[in-house]
Amino acid sequence: MGYPHPSHSRETPVLSKYFGDAEARTLAGWQARGGYETLRQALATDPVEVQNVVKDSGLRGRGGAGFPTGVKWSFMKPDGKTHYLCINADESEPGTFKDRELMRWTPHQLVEGTAIAAHAIYAETAYIYIRGEYTEPIARVREAVREAYAAGILGANAMGSGKRVDVHVHKGAGAYICGEETALMNSLEGRRGNPRIKPPFPAVAGLFAKPTTINNVETVCAATHVLRNGADWYKSLSNPANPKSTGTKLFSVCGNVARPGNYEVGMGFSMKEFLWDLCGGPPAGRSFKAIIPGGSSVPILTPEECETAVMDYEGIQAAGSLLGSGGVICFDDSQDMVRQIARLARFYAHESCAQCTQCREGTAWTTRILERIRDGQGTMKDLDTLLEIADNMTGKTICVLSDSCATPVVSGLKKFRHEFEAKIPKNRSSVMIPGFSPAAA
Amino acid sequence: MSLHAMAPHGHDQHADHVPVFTGARRAELDELLTRYPTKMAALLPALWMLQEDRGWVSPDGMAEVARELELTPAYVQGVVTFYTMYHQHPVGRHFVQVCTTTPCNVCGAEDVVNAFLRETKCGELGVTSPDGRFTVIEVECLGACGFATPVMVNGTMIECVSVDSVKDLLAGLD
Amino acid sequence: MTAPAAPANPGMVTLTIEGREVIVPPGTNLIEAAKTAGVLVPHYCYHPSLPVAGVCRMCLVEVEKFPKLAPACATSVGEGQVVHVHSEKAREARKGVLEFLLINHPLDCPICDQAGECELQDYTFAEGRKDSRYMEPKRFNPMEDFGGDVLYVPNRCILCTRCVRFMDVVAHDPVLNVSERGDRAYIGKFEGSDLTHEWASNVVDLCPVGALLSKDFLNKARAWELDRTASICPSCSQGCNVTLEMRDNVVVRIRPRPNMAVNQHFACETGRLNYRWINRRDRLEYPQVRTADGLVTASWSDAIAKAAALLTGTRRVTVLASPSLSNETLFLLGRLAAQVGATTVTTIRRGHEAPLPGVPDLSLRAERAANHTGAEVFGFVDSASPLASVGADDVLILADAAGMVPTLPAGSTIIVMGTVLDDAMRELAAVALPICNFAEEDGTFTNLRGRVQRFLQAKAPPAQVRPSYRVAGDLATATGAGTFPALASDVFGALAAHVPAFAGLSYRNLGLQGSVTAAPAEVTA
Repeated sequence: MGYPHPSHSRETPVLSKYFGDAEARTLAGWQARGGYETLRQALATDPVEVQNVVKDSGLRGRGGAGFPTGVKWSFMKPDGKTHYLCINADESEPGTFKDRELMRWTPHQLVEGTAIAAHAIYAETAYIYIRGEYTEPIARVREAVREAYAAGILGANAMGSGKRVDVHVHKGAGAYICGEETALMNSLEGRRGNPRIKPPFPAVAGLFAKPTTINNVETVCAATHVLRNGADWYKSLSNPANPKSTGTKLFSVCGNVARPGNYEVGMGFSMKEFLWDLCGGPPAGRSFKAIIPGGSSVPILTPEECETAVMDYEGIQAAGSLLGSGGVICFDDSQDMVRQIARLARFYAHESCAQCTQCREGTAWTTRILERIRDGQGTMKDLDTLLEIADNMTGKTICVLSDSCATPVVSGLKKFRHEFEAKIPKNRSSVMIPGFSPAAA
Repeated sequence: MSLHAMAPHGHDQHADHVPVFTGARRAELDELLTRYPTKMAALLPALWMLQEDRGWVSPDGMAEVARELELTPAYVQGVVTFYTMYHQHPVGRHFVQVCTTTPCNVCGAEDVVNAFLRETKCGELGVTSPDGRFTVIEVECLGACGFATPVMVNGTMIECVSVDSVKDLLAGLD
Repeated sequence: MTAPAAPANPGMVTLTIEGREVIVPPGTNLIEAAKTAGVLVPHYCYHPSLPVAGVCRMCLVEVEKFPKLAPACATSVGEGQVVHVHSEKAREARKGVLEFLLINHPLDCPICDQAGECELQDYTFAEGRKDSRYMEPKRFNPMEDFGGDVLYVPNRCILCTRCVRFMDVVAHDPVLNVSERGDRAYIGKFEGSDLTHEWASNVVDLCPVGALLSKDFLNKARAWELDRTASICPSCSQGCNVTLEMRDNVVVRIRPRPNMAVNQHFACETGRLNYRWINRRDRLEYPQVRTADGLVTASWSDAIAKAAALLTGTRRVTVLASPSLSNETLFLLGRLAAQVGATTVTTIRRGHEAPLPGVPDLSLRAERAANHTGAEVFGFVDSASPLASVGADDVLILADAAGMVPTLPAGSTIIVMGTVLDDAMRELAAVALPICNFAEEDGTFTNLRGRVQRFLQAKAPPAQVRPSYRVAGDLATATGAGTFPALASDVFGALAAHVPAFAGLSYRNLGLQGSVTAAPAEVTA
C-alpha cells in the first residue's frame, strides 16, 4: 500500500498489507495475523521441496539483479559445510525505500522469511545487514529477533523443529556499496566494503569463505507468502502473459510526484496508470520531464517512454531501462537535468570504494565535468568526452558502481542533450578553471 | 593520515583515553564475539560502541578496538575511514545530516541544508557551531526518499523536513 | 558456460594467446600464461609474490566467447581459450585506464626518482593517449614520511595496493592501509607505527610508480644512468639474489633480483645497505711487505714470494678465512692449506634472525655469512675462538678475516688477504695482499640450503687489487700446490671436478638462479 497514503484499490497488498498497522510489529500481533505458521511448516519440509516451490513461483531477487530465488537457493547443497544466509537490508540505491517500510512495520515478516530462507539453504546462521542510517528499522528488527528468541521461534530448537536457526542483526556504518553482495560480506567480516572478484561465487566461498546466499529483504518476505499460498497463487498476482515476472513488487516512488510512497502492484502493471492514477501524477501545475524507474543506477526514461511501459523486468527493459530495485524517481518540468545528473554523478563519486581505477577516477572526473557544465563553464567537446569516459567506465570493473555512474550520463545526454547544450556558451572552446583564472588569483 | 588528523583537533589526539570495553561494554562485546566465527567481524559493532560512548572514533579508540580484536590500529583506521558514519573528529552535541541526493534534491533539499546552516549558525558544512551544539553535514541518500527531506539528528530520522520546519525542529533540541 | 573440452595435453591446459599455443598447468592465470609465450600483459596491481587484487584493471584482455573483457590476473586459463592481449578492444580499455591514472597525477617525471623505471611511464609511452583531456584542478595530498627508509608521495599513487598487501600478507605487519574512498583515497599509516620492519623497504620496489621512494636513494641517480649486475647478497646465509646498481663505478643501490626458490622478489634492509661498505674509499690498494722500514709497497710477485717463503718453512700454519668468501677462494685456500699442512678455521658472526613470515624459508639468517655452507665443505671449521690453539711462533693467514677476532695471538706472523688494512693490522702484518670485495670479482656462494649461486663482477677494483680466488691460487702455486686457473669459471670447473659435493655442477649451468649441490643441507623447520 502506498504508505503514508491509504491503499489504492488497484494495489495488491501482500507484503505491504500491514504497513501503518502498529500492532503487526509485535510478536503477538504478527502471530494473530497468521505469522510464523509458514515457518513452522517450512521447518518440517525438506529444503529441496521449499526450493522447488519458490522455483515454481518464478520469484526473482528484488534487490535489483532479478536472479531467480529458488535457483539461487538450489546452489546450496547439504554438503555438511557451514552455510550462511545474509539478508541484504542495506537498501541504499537512491530512490528506494521499500525495505525500510517492510522492517519498520513488519519486522517479524522479515524474521520469518529469514528463518525460512536459512532453512532452505541448510544454514543455521543468518545475518541481517541493515544500513547504519536505518536506526528505526534496526531497532524494530532487533526487537523482533529478541521476541522470536524468547518465544523459541529462533535458537537451538527453532519452533520445536530440532533445527537451529540463529538470526543476528548487523549494523552498517554508511557506505552505498555495501549493498553489493560481496561488499556486504566483506563489511560483515569487519573489512572495508570492497566488492570481491568473482569467482569464487558466494555459493562456493562467501561469508567467512563458506557457502553463502545473499537475499534482499523483500525477496525473503515474498518467499514466505509463496510458501503459504503456493506457487500458482503467486503467479496469479501478476500478468499471466509474462511468466518471467511473477507476483507482486513494491515500488518506491519519490521526487516530484503528487503522492510519494510505497506501492505494491502485480508485475506487469501499466506504468502510465501507476504514475498518474496511483501516484497522482506530477505535482499540481507541473508535468513530468523524466522518470528513473528502478533506482538511480538505471537509464532515465522520458514520460512518453513510460506511457507505454509495463512494470515488470521485461517490460521496463523493453522501454529502454531496468526494473532494478523498484525505486521510481520522478523529475518534473521545473528540474534542471544537468544539475540533477551532476548530482547523481557526485553520489557515485562519493560512494566509489576506490578499488578499480575506472570507477575511482572516472566517477570523480565525470562529476567535475558535469559541475563545470552546470556552472556555465562547459564546452561542446566536454559532451563527447563525457560519453567516452562513460564508455571507459562501463563493463570493466569488479562491480557495477562505475557502470551505474555512467548510465544516467549516457541516457541523460541522449535524451536531454539540448539542456546540456543550452548551458554551454556559444563558440566556447576552452575553459576557465577556478584557481587558474587571473580574476581568481 | 597524520596530516588529516592533526588539525583542528590535534589537542584531543593524545588526551587520556578511557577504555571503553570495561564492565557492561565488556560483557556486550564478549556476547557479540559469540555471534561470529572471527573476531574481526565484530569490528563494525565495536566501533559503534566506541562512538556511542565517546562521541567519536579517536586514534586511541581505534587502538583500543584493535587490541580487543587482535588487529592493528592501521587496519582499523582503514576500515573507519571507509564508512561515513564514524566520526573521525569530535562533532557537535547534535549531529545533523541532511540528505541531498537526487530524489531529495529535486524536492528542495539544498534549501533545507542552507536553512540548517543559517539557523544553527554553523555557517559551513562540517563546522561545529560556536556554541558547540550543532554540526551540519550533507549526506548521500538516507533511504527515505519518499519522505523528502529526511534529516538524521544523531540517531533519529526526521521525515519531511522543509525550510519552514527547520526552526521548530531546532527549537526542540537542547 | 561451455562444456569442458578434453585437454589436448593431459594434466595441462592448452590455449592460444596472441596466436601462440601455450601449455600451462591448470589454475595458471592469464598473465603468467602469457609470459610463457613471451607476451607481456600490462599490469599494475598484479604481482606474482602477492595475492591477486584485480583492482587496477590494466590487465584487461579479450577472451573469445567471454561477454566482457577479462582481468588477466584474476582469470584462470581454460582449455581451448583464445586470448587477445593486443586487440583493439583491449588496447582501448587499457588506454582508458592510463588516462584515468594520469588525470590526477602531477606528471612530475623530471623530478621523480622513479622516472626511467616507471611502469606508468612505460605503458603510457606504449599504449597511452598522446594528449590530456583533463582540464580540472588536480587532487593534492602532501608527501609523508612513512618511517624506516620510505617516503610516500600520494599524488603519484595509483592505489594498486601492492604495498598494503605486502605488509599485511607477506610481512605480517599490517601497518599500511587504504584510507578513505573514491578519488580521495590514499595509502594510510597509523600515526606512531612506522615502516620499520626488517623487510619493509620491499614496498619501494613493489611500487610500480614513484609513490613510494627510498630516502636512502633519493636524488642519487636517474634510472638510466645505472649499470646493473646480477649478484648475491653477502649479508647472511640465505643467499638472496640481488642486483647491484652502479653509477660511475659506485654502487648506489642494491635491489632484490627474483628467485622464486630463494627470496622470491624480496630483500631485507640489512642487505640493501651493503653498498655503503662496498664503496669504501680507504682500501688496501697495493701489495705490501714488512721491511726494516715498516710495511712498504711491493710488487705482486715479491709479495707472493715473501708470503710463500713464510708458509713453506717449518712453522705451523693456520688459515682463518671469512665464511663470506666465495667457493672458489675457499677451495684454493683449502688447496694451499693442504699443501702446507695448515689448520683451516672460520668463525661465523651471529645476529638476530628476522624472517619474512609470508615466504617459506626466507629470513635474514642469524648466521651473517654468505658461504658458511661452502666453508664447511672446504674444511673450514667454525669456532667462536678459532685462534685459540695458534702459538706464538705460528704463521697465520687472515683471509678477509682481519676484523673477525678481537685479539690476535701475540708474536705470530700474519699474512693478510684483505680489502682494507686497519691500524692494528698495519702494525702486525708481515705481508698484506689486497683483494676484491664480492662486487669486484666473480664467484659463487653456497647458501644454507646448498644452493650454489653465482655473483658477477659489478665494478672495477681499485689500483692493483686482485680477485681473492686469484690471490689464493697464486699463493697455493707459490707453495708448490700446482697451478690454478685465472678465471673464476675455470676455478669452479676445477672444484666441481675435485669436490664431491659439487659433482655435476657447471658454472654455465648455474645460470643466474643457481643449482642445489648433490648433498643439500637439510631444511630445518
